[in-house]
Amino acid sequence: MTGAATRLSPIAAGWTNDGCNDAMTAILEMRGVSKSFAGVQALRDVNFTVEAGQIHALVGENGAGKSTLMKVLSGVYPHGDYEGSIIFDGEERRFRDVNDSEALGIIIIHQELALIPLLSIAENIFLSHPPSRLGVIDRDAVYRRTQELLAQVGLTEMPDTLVTDLGVGKQQLVEIAKALSKRVRLLILDEPTASLNENDSAALLDRLLAFRAQGIASILISHKLSEVARVADRITVLRDGRTVDSIDCLAEPVEEDRIIRSMVNRDLAHRFPQRSATIGAPVFAVQDWTVHHPLHRDRRVIKGVDFEVRRGEVVGIAGLMGAGRTEFAMSLFGRAWGDRISGRIWLDGREVNLSSVAAAIDAGLAYVTEDRKQLGLILDADVRKNITLASLGRVAPQGMIDDMSELRVANDYRNRMRIRCSDVYQETGQLSGGNQQKVVLSKWLMTDPKVLILDEPTRGIDVGAKYEIYCIINELAEAGKGVVMISSEMPELLGVCDRICVMNDGAFVGEFAAAEATQERIMRAIMRNKQIDKKVLQGDLRP
Amino acid sequence: MTDKTVTLPVHTGFIKNNLRNYGMLLSLFAIMLFFQVMTDGTLLQPLNLTNLVLQNSYIVIMALGMLLIIVTGHIDLSVGSVAGFVGAVAAVLMVRYHVAYPLAFLACLFVGALIGAAQGYWVAYFKIPSFIVTLAGMLVFKGLALAILAGQSVGPFPPTFQKLSSGFIPELFPGAGTLYPTSLLIGAVLAVALVYTSAKNRARQASHGIDVEPFGFFVAKSALLFAVIVFFAGLIASHRGLPNVLVIMTALIGLYAFVTTRTVVGRHIYAIGGNARAASLSGIKTERLTFLTFVNMGVLAALAGLVFAARLNTATPKAGAGFELDVIAACFIGGASAYGGVGKVGGAVIGAMIMGVMNNGMSILGIGIDYQQVIKGLVLLGAVCLDVYNQRR
Repeated sequence: MTGAATRLSPIAAGWTNDGCNDAMTAILEMRGVSKSFAGVQALRDVNFTVEAGQIHALVGENGAGKSTLMKVLSGVYPHGDYEGSIIFDGEERRFRDVNDSEALGIIIIHQELALIPLLSIAENIFLSHPPSRLGVIDRDAVYRRTQELLAQVGLTEMPDTLVTDLGVGKQQLVEIAKALSKRVRLLILDEPTASLNENDSAALLDRLLAFRAQGIASILISHKLSEVARVADRITVLRDGRTVDSIDCLAEPVEEDRIIRSMVNRDLAHRFPQRSATIGAPVFAVQDWTVHHPLHRDRRVIKGVDFEVRRGEVVGIAGLMGAGRTEFAMSLFGRAWGDRISGRIWLDGREVNLSSVAAAIDAGLAYVTEDRKQLGLILDADVRKNITLASLGRVAPQGMIDDMSELRVANDYRNRMRIRCSDVYQETGQLSGGNQQKVVLSKWLMTDPKVLILDEPTRGIDVGAKYEIYCIINELAEAGKGVVMISSEMPELLGVCDRICVMNDGAFVGEFAAAEATQERIMRAIMRNKQIDKKVLQGDLRP
Repeated sequence: MTDKTVTLPVHTGFIKNNLRNYGMLLSLFAIMLFFQVMTDGTLLQPLNLTNLVLQNSYIVIMALGMLLIIVTGHIDLSVGSVAGFVGAVAAVLMVRYHVAYPLAFLACLFVGALIGAAQGYWVAYFKIPSFIVTLAGMLVFKGLALAILAGQSVGPFPPTFQKLSSGFIPELFPGAGTLYPTSLLIGAVLAVALVYTSAKNRARQASHGIDVEPFGFFVAKSALLFAVIVFFAGLIASHRGLPNVLVIMTALIGLYAFVTTRTVVGRHIYAIGGNARAASLSGIKTERLTFLTFVNMGVLAALAGLVFAARLNTATPKAGAGFELDVIAACFIGGASAYGGVGKVGGAVIGAMIMGVMNNGMSILGIGIDYQQVIKGLVLLGAVCLDVYNQRR
């Protein structure tokens, strides 16, 4: 791989062909940008060019410098805080803050949406500069212009709908409408589809394509290579703060393997580790499981479901967001979600009544939550305390913590799971996403479960860490545990699971052995029960 | 109490780290030194020191409970009113109805527990913001105290009850002149015990390969700790010996320090404050534990109310007014986080002492109650700002 950097240097220095290639005009050029934090070099001499009306994807592992680069561009790090120059619209720009870049039409939409939930769509869009007369907001103008903007992003909601009543996908579109209200010229989207289902993702990407037609350029940061491949005109790969590859999607074929290789600087011969499955007797069985919504108590969310996992088996649960997968898992886990729950559960052949989370843990069930920051970890607490949180009793005879054996256990998991931290006293919030996820997994392994339910275990973590998580899943299965994996990434389910169940609208609508499962068959099983825009289907099912 | 190990191998890093750990203690010493000089030595006169302890005992006792509440991410505004109300109940029981002191004492603690349970129930199980529940409680119990005392002061208490606050431990070696050797001895034993346990801890950590503080630093720290405790024990001993309430207070501080740092319950309380949903999905019974922290607070508020009533030897309708502010301020000065999950028993105690020393010192200096409040308010703001600044750095 040492040759990669030299081979690609002409591309990395893309600005050099600025003058001689008039067919494309660069709207943005970032030249030789370097930035360091307290001795850590986050960006090294990065050159990055966006042509007018181009969708430019920026990919790289977590910590590769994508967000830092975008913060330099948008003025979060003011001029003088970094080296290098930013040329926008042919002029060198020295942004002092975000307002300066916004004034030129550079709008960034962050992963965490910046909308105020209890205000309406219109109020959110015109939060900073509402049309007004003598300081009094002109509500008619606000309403009218909001309607225009919503139409542009393909939303039919009323402008006075509260943002909290919208799904995440629509909220994302409202953010974009808000960007449009500021006369956007360069739209930066930081992992816009991370929390969207396939349907909403496709709708959002279609918007980007529509904007391109209007001449609005976009920078798309994403971990999802399939969607990057679908919409991007150019893909730039960052690694360790450097541009290591840049692919012109119009001129050359987009190979996922090439991108991944550049991202991680190693050949992932197999994106999924091999495992020889030895599947034993059923370890976990659910019969006629029914759950109602905790607020709307008449609504059945899970509809009389049967489910089984065997020893040493990895069972995947596929489905669109909102299919009821998380609700199913959480209701099993000590009734942590839902109301009016009925059904029977067997663990290891014995019928159990898991009436509380503590009872579920005692019985040998573990649930690794989908949202590790909100539901999985205490970010302020150190790694050690997080690891022992769910089974503190094991290191605390008579309720008194034996700090030395606690430390020993924590260090064991740190080594076993290869958690990268300065020591187990480091704050968990300071770790990267992948390492945080390993801390959560350690916590649940320490409870010595018979069955683990992993809810989106690789969401938002980079390719290298994903591979490590897959290895851990394999080890668990080899150790004879039953593993349930909920995931929205179908390639991952296909690569890791022995069997895949498809959930839709609170019921299982299909089941495939690993050998016979394909993305297309899974998607068809969902669609048989759900009529969805054909266009979406085509977009998502492209191999 | 310091469960933090040092990660930086170099000594400068070590000292920097520990300055933050001991910063609060250093501030307390600085403030004491300041008033000692300004009051020409009055602050640390044995009589005044004993008074200082008595004056602040109820704040410290309540700060222990408040710390747990704040760590779970809640607040209790009612503690002052509850303390006043329980004092009133004690007076009615003992003075009007002549109930025996031990029985009345237990009944009052039970009343405190009930009050805590009543408030904790709404907070823990009905998810009503604690600010609102305890604001309501503050009004209710202030009013009830007024009602059962019929607007008048009730007293005096039986002498045995007064001993709770104004009594001193019995002297085992009478006739030793002005010095009370038992108290001095207890102080020395306590100091030796503290140094011994910290030495044992250090050896245990070292045997497990954990970085421990440098030996020289450890010796100096232990010597200083020993000297300070013996010095204060000596001062106390040269007045009338250890006040009963100081013994109770020290025992409670030790108990709560142990519970918060070394027990499963303590760890779970911090987990709730750190991330309640993650805690509950880890099998922690968050609601029950939140409820129990309020029950605990009620009992401690009741105890503080008893101590205060015994000290004044009368229950007045205004007793306890504004205590909640001193108690909450003590916790925040001591480094507790208003967002929950962070705070130490030692910090809250030091915070209470800082407030106490300032109250006492400023009174001796003759600063009016008006400017005392201004200064205390600024110190609270300053302490928290400093803490926030330190954490950002």
